Amino acid sequence: MLNEYYPLVVISMIAIALGFFVVLLGSILGPRRPTQHKGQPYESGMIPYGPGTRRISVRYYLVAVLFILFDIEVVFFLPWAVAFRKLGVSGFILMVIFAVILEIAFVYAWKKGALEWE
Amino acid sequence: MNATLVIEWVVKSLVIILVLTGGFAYTTLYERKVLARMQVRRGPNRAGPLGILQPVADGIKLIFKEELTPHNADKFIFTVAPVITVVPALVITAVVPWGREISLFGRTFTLYLSNVNVAVLYILSVTSISVYGITLAGWSSNNKYATLGGVRATAQMISYELALGCAYIGPILIVGSMSLVDIVEAQAGVWFIFLQPVAFLVYFLASLAEVNRAPFDMPEAEQELTAGYHTEYSGMKFALFFMAEYIKMIAVAMIGVSLFLGGYLGPGIDRFPILGPVYLFIKVAVWLFVIIWVRATLPRIRYDRLMALGWKVMFPLALLSVMITALVLLFVES
Repeated sequence: MLNEYYPLVVISMIAIALGFFVVLLGSILGPRRPTQHKGQPYESGMIPYGPGTRRISVRYYLVAVLFILFDIEVVFFLPWAVAFRKLGVSGFILMVIFAVILEIAFVYAWKKGALEWE
Repeated sequence: MNATLVIEWVVKSLVIILVLTGGFAYTTLYERKVLARMQVRRGPNRAGPLGILQPVADGIKLIFKEELTPHNADKFIFTVAPVITVVPALVITAVVPWGREISLFGRTFTLYLSNVNVAVLYILSVTSISVYGITLAGWSSNNKYATLGGVRATAQMISYELALGCAYIGPILIVGSMSLVDIVEAQAGVWFIFLQPVAFLVYFLASLAEVNRAPFDMPEAEQELTAGYHTEYSGMKFALFFMAEYIKMIAVAMIGVSLFLGGYLGPGIDRFPILGPVYLFIKVAVWLFVIIWVRATLPRIRYDRLMALGWKVMFPLALLSVMITALVLLFVES
């Protein structure tokens, strides 16, 4: 059983090693002549002002919260889809009830304007 | 678990990673050539015959470039972010089968690294990890454009992930298994694109948004964000982001082909199992061609419309498709 998962560990380790190797390769072989101006943030040639990281619109946060809600819904769908034939009609009806409850929340968020970007 | 098995895993993993990185190099050339032809140009044709050495030249140039790190950047995260982005891209396709069993050196090999029974869940979870890399890259650069690009990319990718997740469910419902080997084998009769046209369409569009390709390439919209989350990256760190993007393109094509276009199946596969990877390669090449074609044809869509499309059209549509599939299956089975 676990034999199917060990290969995934192997390939992950090789991929991580490759990633760090490439970063290392670039830092060894590339020249390094930092100056004051090179270290400034790039703003299309304008002289940068103010902090680089600023406050972000709250809409992104809202999207993230909604995403968690509905992604969990999708994750619940997956095992249901695998066991669909065993569950039969009752499984389908239960899933419809589950989905409808979540869709009410979805419609509420939609009507409240959580999905609008002006 | 014995030594030969471990060696087999290592060899298969290395093959997958080498094919993906090599595929990445030549997808860039493929894209430039196809785009050039569509714009009545010739494209790169100086390095080697027909420009086939162009990716090598690009790689050598990037290795010897100076790497800049902004003064106020978070140095550690700034260095690690490209790795976090590229690792998921490299490991997504570990569960995609390339073919059936073949006999070589007196042993029987399966042409896939792993046949986990939660393959689709694995794909969903691994693709989510690369979002972290992009967000952290944008945030650690201490650059206004990069931060905005990173946040935009995150919002876009997680929004389309919902539709993408729903699109996976259709084929799983029909097959009753999450293993990609089972899903491909179930398409011996008819490809799922004919049974699940809506899910296929949703998958195709959402996967374009997921890998930040035109017309959904908001995170790197040059005209408004310079280069988005990788504005401050140069040299090999930039190459890693570029690599992640193209490998994800290949991965998305491989997964889509396995889910909807019959994967490695094709005429004569029963007699010659070695044809499996060939069919997979041809189908992936066609899929990549369509992605490039879309880029050459469509203009970038506005950000508010992009989010509206994801949340108000694709997600409900995909959900409806799942429910209708389940209903039809209930009637057919009983």
